[in-house]
Amino acid sequence: MNDAPGVIVQARQLGKQVASPGGTLTILADIDLTIAAGESVAIIGVSGSGKSTLLGLLAGLDLPTSGEVHLAGAALNSLDEDGRAAIRAGRVGFVFQSFQLLPGLTALENVMLPLELAGIEKAAELAAGRLAEVGLSERLHHYPRQLSGGEQQRVAIARAFACRPQILFADEPTGNLDQQTGAQIIELLFRLNREHAATLVLVTHDPAIADHCGRCLTLAAGRFTGEARRELD
Amino acid sequence: MSLINAAFTALKRDWRAGELRLIALATVLAVAALSSVGLFTDRVSRAIEAQATELLAADLVLESTNPITDDLLQRAQASGLDRTRSVSFRSMALAGERLELAEVKAVEAGYPLRGQLRTSSELFGAEQVATTVPGRGTVWVDARLMQALDINVGDTVKLGDIDFRLARIITYEPDRGGELFNIAPRVLINLADLNATGLIAPGSRAEFRLLLGGATEAIAAFREQVEADKSRGLKIQGIRDARPELRRALERAEQFLGLSVIVAVALCGLAIAMASRRFTLRHYDTCAMLRCLGASQRHITGLFTLQMLVLAALFSGLGAALGFLGQTGLTSLLQGMTARALPVPSAWPLLSAILAGIVAVTGFSLPQLWRLREVSPLRVLRRDLAPAPAASRIVFMAAIATLAFLTPWQSGNLKLTLYMFFGLLGTAAALAAGALTGIRVCARLRAGTGIAWRYGLANVARRAESSVAQVLAIGLGVTALLLLTLVRSDLLESWQDRLAPGTPNYFLINIQPDDVAALEGFLRERAATNTELYPMVRARLTQLNGRTLNPDDYTDARAKRLATREFNLSWASRLQDDNAIIAGSWWPKEPDGATYFSVEEEIGKDLGMALNDRLTYSVAGREITGTVRNIRSVDWDTFNVNFFVSANPGALDGLPATWITSFYLPSERRSMLIDVVRNFPSVTIIDVAALIEQVRAIMEQVSRTVEFVFGFTLLAGLVVLFATLQNTHDERRLEAAVLRSLGAGRGAILKSLAAEFLALGLIAGLLAALGATTISWLLARFVFDLPFALNGLLWLLGPLSCTLVVLGTGIAGTRHVLHVPPMVALRNA
Repeated sequence: MNDAPGVIVQARQLGKQVASPGGTLTILADIDLTIAAGESVAIIGVSGSGKSTLLGLLAGLDLPTSGEVHLAGAALNSLDEDGRAAIRAGRVGFVFQSFQLLPGLTALENVMLPLELAGIEKAAELAAGRLAEVGLSERLHHYPRQLSGGEQQRVAIARAFACRPQILFADEPTGNLDQQTGAQIIELLFRLNREHAATLVLVTHDPAIADHCGRCLTLAAGRFTGEARRELD
Repeated sequence: MSLINAAFTALKRDWRAGELRLIALATVLAVAALSSVGLFTDRVSRAIEAQATELLAADLVLESTNPITDDLLQRAQASGLDRTRSVSFRSMALAGERLELAEVKAVEAGYPLRGQLRTSSELFGAEQVATTVPGRGTVWVDARLMQALDINVGDTVKLGDIDFRLARIITYEPDRGGELFNIAPRVLINLADLNATGLIAPGSRAEFRLLLGGATEAIAAFREQVEADKSRGLKIQGIRDARPELRRALERAEQFLGLSVIVAVALCGLAIAMASRRFTLRHYDTCAMLRCLGASQRHITGLFTLQMLVLAALFSGLGAALGFLGQTGLTSLLQGMTARALPVPSAWPLLSAILAGIVAVTGFSLPQLWRLREVSPLRVLRRDLAPAPAASRIVFMAAIATLAFLTPWQSGNLKLTLYMFFGLLGTAAALAAGALTGIRVCARLRAGTGIAWRYGLANVARRAESSVAQVLAIGLGVTALLLLTLVRSDLLESWQDRLAPGTPNYFLINIQPDDVAALEGFLRERAATNTELYPMVRARLTQLNGRTLNPDDYTDARAKRLATREFNLSWASRLQDDNAIIAGSWWPKEPDGATYFSVEEEIGKDLGMALNDRLTYSVAGREITGTVRNIRSVDWDTFNVNFFVSANPGALDGLPATWITSFYLPSERRSMLIDVVRNFPSVTIIDVAALIEQVRAIMEQVSRTVEFVFGFTLLAGLVVLFATLQNTHDERRLEAAVLRSLGAGRGAILKSLAAEFLALGLIAGLLAALGATTISWLLARFVFDLPFALNGLLWLLGPLSCTLVVLGTGIAGTRHVLHVPPMVALRNA
């Protein structure tokens, strides 16, 4: 399969089934999706609709039971776990609901991680710059436990953008934050996404957040049930 | 009944879930260690106690360094006691060109009065109970001597002036049974042949014994009679005081092994405490649900306590079974050293180990489990509601109390327990402080490293508490093993190195006055040595400044011994080269008819002798009194003949004396010794090198048993390591998933794990090397008074072995994170 120019994620006939005591459970079925570079896409749906599973498959964190995914020009099905990790290194950024900062490392060291994994030089300098972008220049040597929830998510965003990734996957980025802090984080996330001209794939159950995206896909019971597009400013 | 059922069900469920495996493993290990050592020491001590009469071969033994008088024999006869005499001494046994120092015992009919003497007619042949003693002109010897001399039944063995025919092989000798360490092989001859050998002359070093048997009352009455008459200088041994030195040695060994085991138990306890912390955390939800469904706090406590007790009992039983196997291993390590087969193991050490296992599990796990009763039923709605974790103060106190309860159980001695206990706590605290410093240094070093090292070192620092536990657990075991292997041989070598080349390696003792001139000439001619022969007289110090010497006046054990035993007095016209006068002056040039003594400074200090004190010695029934004219220092390391107390020439004239000398003989001239024995049959040759070799062999066997015990400590350390790894299991899984989602490959994660465990192992190894070096310095400086030499090998082997162990176990215990799917990072919200 040849990727069309400008396409960064392509999924065809994607399906995911898991074995359960009651028989095989279908989590995702017949997902076809093409995301162009620079697009911002929200995947919206209720709990259990398969949003996070889809995100994991698109990012190569998991393999589909059927169908295939191409990420940044690579067919993920044909790669082993280390091969997929190598594709992610330097190209893909993540923002998780529960921040997932490594507790033993300082803010700076957390942001340095993806830079070093991608083999980028001057990691410390670059990481300090990213933390300045999210307004945390004063917190470089703090450990996650010494930071508030909002600050931790800022570190996570700085980490996500550290390598100037081609694509950013965000999984309920405000799920663990209060409303006001959540709004600030969303504002920061979208601002940086615009500045870095990255593709954004965001999973949320909050339509207000989805409204920030150029395209909104609704997922219900493992299938796409709707798509909306809007012109972004 | 329902609670018991519930506990069993819960136990089964938690076992299947793998929650209890480490607690079970730690219990098995602790009980195996306790029971193997317990069974072993029990068997050895019962071997000694059970046959106390047999150990004496009589009901009462009177021992003297002078021949048993006829008067004493008649009194024993008058009291209606069975009696028989024996004389024991060391002498050279000669067969063809082969020589061996042997323990000769001359016995007469009736020996042994208690127990059995067993012999066989061929090596490893069928055993028979002896009804007689060796006939005139024959010897019975043990297998060791036959091997050493390469002789068989019917061959000739020369003792002193007489050629004996080897008649039978001794397989079991009752009054030798308790000797754990037999230095020289045994030769049994008939007492009637003794004089003809010419081996015993006045002043010869020998033990004369009168063995007595009879009714308990008659024995007691006779004992009282003899005790009242102190002038005879008799050593009395009854059943109760059989082999006191052996009992003391055994008691010490028992205490030492018991306390070494406590180190292993303490580490197992640490593992149990850690594993039960995780167990508790993972049961918050279950307890919340149970509470929600109406279970009372009492029910919760009862359920988990019962579950732990059943687990403890089951696995303590398994541990005891393994301990039973372990003690067979321990016993076989001592093979050849024990003179007799040990009695079969008894049940008590097993039961007590099982009980101790249950106490340990309870003491180390309950403070954690107790928190489960505090779990709020509201947790089913709000998962963040968790009880405060068990206060570390309470956990710590409970651990100390448990150990404090178990320690005296092992040592049976309160004072020693306290010393050991606080010594152990101190060592652990010092190690912990060292570990913490190492961990801090690691944390600083990580700034300049790559991703794997940075993440690995960061983990060491972040989990400082469990890192300290890991370092402590592994470091302690390796310290002990380094001490037992490298440091032990270092000390022995350092002592041997200290001996200058040409240091005398042979002693000749029991040289009779008539042989002195001839032997001097012989040695000059044949050994090319110009060695001096020194006279000596066996004497007992009876009075100091007119006051009768009482051993009870001295608190020091050595002084007590010196005050009771006979020692050798010599005389000399000039001061020996390796002696120096530190107070007073040498004798006047012209004899003034007075008796003077020259006293070695250490014995002078011990017995409280000062310049100008008047000493009275009893020698063969005569009293010699003289004045201390000088105090001198002696360089004992020269291995030259030296004396604690010397008199001026003439002062000891007319007393029974033998001569002694020491000299260096290169090994190629060793054959000359055979001519010494041929020409001077009464002379006894002592081979220093062979003695050192025997001592070394015994040390080696004993330290192997201790190594065995410390093997448990090392295993316990590994269990602690696993317990800490298990506690970080969930964290590690999540972190690995996050790293993978950020693009880290398996290699990068493996490297970071390796970095973490390398650092931990290195810290533990450096601390172990430091600990072993410090202890060896303390031993060299304060105990053995030897020059301290730093052993570089400690600093190589310590870190290397610790690193390998920690790295291997660490990777084995965490390798699962390499296969964590990165999706876990998304799922674990």
